[in-house]
Amino acid sequence: MSMAHSKPPLHRPLSPHLQIYRPALTMIMSIVHRITGAALYFGTVILAVWLMTAATSASSFALVHGFLGSWLGQLILVGYSWALLHHMFGGIRHFVWDTGRGFGAHERHLFAVLTLVGSVLSTGLIWVVVYSVR
Amino acid sequence: MSDATSMKTPMKRVRGLGSAKTGTDHFWTQRLTAAATMLLALALVVVLASTVGKDAVAARAVLAQPLVAVLLLLFIVSGVAHMRIGMQVIIEDYVHEEGAKVIALGLNTFFSAIIAVVCLFAVLKLSFGG
Repeated sequence: MSMAHSKPPLHRPLSPHLQIYRPALTMIMSIVHRITGAALYFGTVILAVWLMTAATSASSFALVHGFLGSWLGQLILVGYSWALLHHMFGGIRHFVWDTGRGFGAHERHLFAVLTLVGSVLSTGLIWVVVYSVR
Repeated sequence: MSDATSMKTPMKRVRGLGSAKTGTDHFWTQRLTAAATMLLALALVVVLASTVGKDAVAARAVLAQPLVAVLLLLFIVSGVAHMRIGMQVIIEDYVHEEGAKVIALGLNTFFSAIIAVVCLFAVLKLSFGG
């Protein structure tokens, strides 16, 4: 049973990576899930600074809070909330997959579309509500 | 020998909890913190978004409300645990050089711990510290 030593090593192709495949929506949503996760990770600095200044210094909190209220700050917050919701919908998709369901070609494509459309619509809804009640 | 005729069962590996010796702990923690963070984020998005149009004094008052503070504390603990093991997977996927990987994994834990403690301290101070 020592055949492993008698054969010369086979030069099989290495596993193909992203650049080999034609881009598909499912693949893009998977990549975006990871990118939004990483963005949310570093974006927690904003939450930490916002909370810390709120707790410690009225003047610095007014500065941070004021920046987040500016057009640039609002743009960052809209982007951050979209990343959060996209990651959330992507996560729900993973929960469905955890049950062993949803692996068919049609379902996978449907999940990808729902993740994208759901995240954009829910982000829009939240900010429409925010702006209409402020 | 093929697996079909082997006397070995997967139990051997389960008892040893696999090569990382932690079994399915990473997977399970990932899913639990995902579910918790999702529910807490949905509750907090409404609260935090409501501070957007308010001035600084009013925003601070919202953060000091007991229910908001408790939700924030839970969100911070769950969210930071989730993001730490998520970034761990990203590092393990892309950083293959052993030294750089160990350093990156260490920095990931440091960053997560700092974010968690700063946020927890701030929320507690807003509620208790005036």
